[in-house]
Amino acid sequence: MTLRAIQSEAATDPAGAAALGVERVTHHYGKRKALDDVSFSVGRGSFTVLLGLNGAGKSTLFSLITRLYATRSGSIRIFGFDVNRTPGEALRRLGVVFQARTLDLDLSISQNLSYHAALHGIGARESKDLIREALSQADMTDRADEKARSLSGGQMRRVEIARALLHRPRMLLLDEPTVGLDVKARAAIVAHVRRLVVREGVGVLWATHLIDEIDPGDNVVVLHRGRVLDQGNVREVAARAGAQEMGAAFARLTGEGAAEDPA
Amino acid sequence: MANAHIKAAGGGFRLGQYAICLKGIVWREALRFLHQRERFVSALVRPLVWLFIFAAGFRTVLGVSIIPPYDTYVLYEVYITPGLMAMIQLFNGMQSSLSMVYDREMGNMRTLLVSPLPRWFLLTSKLAAGTSVSVLQVYAFLAIAYFWEIEPPTPWGYLTVLPALILSGLMFGALGMLLSSLIRQLENFAGIMNFVIFPMFFASSALYPLWRVREGSPKLAFFCELNPFTHAVELIRFAFYEQIDPLALGAVLGATIVFLAGAILAYDPSRGMLMRREGL
Repeated sequence: MTLRAIQSEAATDPAGAAALGVERVTHHYGKRKALDDVSFSVGRGSFTVLLGLNGAGKSTLFSLITRLYATRSGSIRIFGFDVNRTPGEALRRLGVVFQARTLDLDLSISQNLSYHAALHGIGARESKDLIREALSQADMTDRADEKARSLSGGQMRRVEIARALLHRPRMLLLDEPTVGLDVKARAAIVAHVRRLVVREGVGVLWATHLIDEIDPGDNVVVLHRGRVLDQGNVREVAARAGAQEMGAAFARLTGEGAAEDPA
Repeated sequence: MANAHIKAAGGGFRLGQYAICLKGIVWREALRFLHQRERFVSALVRPLVWLFIFAAGFRTVLGVSIIPPYDTYVLYEVYITPGLMAMIQLFNGMQSSLSMVYDREMGNMRTLLVSPLPRWFLLTSKLAAGTSVSVLQVYAFLAIAYFWEIEPPTPWGYLTVLPALILSGLMFGALGMLLSSLIRQLENFAGIMNFVIFPMFFASSALYPLWRVREGSPKLAFFCELNPFTHAVELIRFAFYEQIDPLALGAVLGATIVFLAGAILAYDPSRGMLMRREGL
């Protein structure tokens, strides 16, 4: 009985905890330091951009947040749940869209979604409704039984996003989600996720190296060679760097020229 | 409504949720199996080639004396059938575990590992799924072999061999999983063929009884006896004849536990075996 009480206590989100809190995280690959004392947080219902060039440490950070490997130094919390100490509670509150395509191409769209539901321990009856909602959110209702192989790159991404949100996490990680998409599909995906933030109140961490995916109202974390150079509201970060906009600010902060601006 | 399944769980996970997860993983593997006809056909053709061509050709060269579990002289085809059943499972174990990491399935491994359920449970479920597929493949092989007049002494043999197949399937799957996490050089299937599958298959009792090997080379026979594949073959051979070989059972059980524990350790985030592969 007591154990039960403790468990249900643990199940409620500690009030006020950030959707994602990264605190003083350092990570080495052998001798090479991939992340150096990285701290930032993503507020509930906020859109935060993790901006950095390839090799800045974005993927390492994502591997740590998703607990592919353990955080050795520092801590990562999702709604207050430490990823190392309470991985189950942390991961069930997190949705992830990986950079690589991870849909099973041989399975239908709805089969992909029910597999994901099962991985989260959601039974057939409950998942039926969730899948229907996810399909309509991805605008795929009438294509549910088609193989994932038949989708375009942008459509696959939409399904992956819907899948990541299927178990109703309040925090969504996206690792360079627009890689490999054309300009139009890219804009559509960005707009889609921004709508989710506004409508559903999901906290989003959006990793990218593309300046034009940032809005002036966003929060940004500038990651360079494993270190956070600056963070905060985009306008403030730009102003601190003495620049008009984020592209120039990034160039000044990193001293490496602009991040890519494909527009 | 939001997070209903979290609240229902009251923190932690109910037993039912574990069952749902296991079912989902096995179901997906079965669907993939149905969709990948080529994989199924090649898994079936391989042992049949051995049976129809190799065994037929060697029938006269390699006589097999009466050794347990056989109580009469048996045809060479009959002798090597258990070895071929184990071979199907060995291939399947290597394929499903390694493709998980190296091939297109890499993304699926990541999807699997972000599930909130405990990692040992996810890996074991994955293993159970691969094993079910390998058992299906073996029965498909046996169905064809039946028309070649290779069958157990009574039909019960088809049933008594099942636990042996499940256990050996788990062992090979766990071995594949362990290798996939530990050895970086084995990045393609050709490497696995040369360094794992061929040595395990040939240095075993699959093609010739151990007493024959011992006549030729006691040293090789010693290695054959250490080889877990030998024990899987013998376990299957006896089970097919409705008998239990206690040594084989113990060895396969022990090896399964060791391989599985190794794989779970290797995929444990804090041990960081995966860390060496930044690409994953």
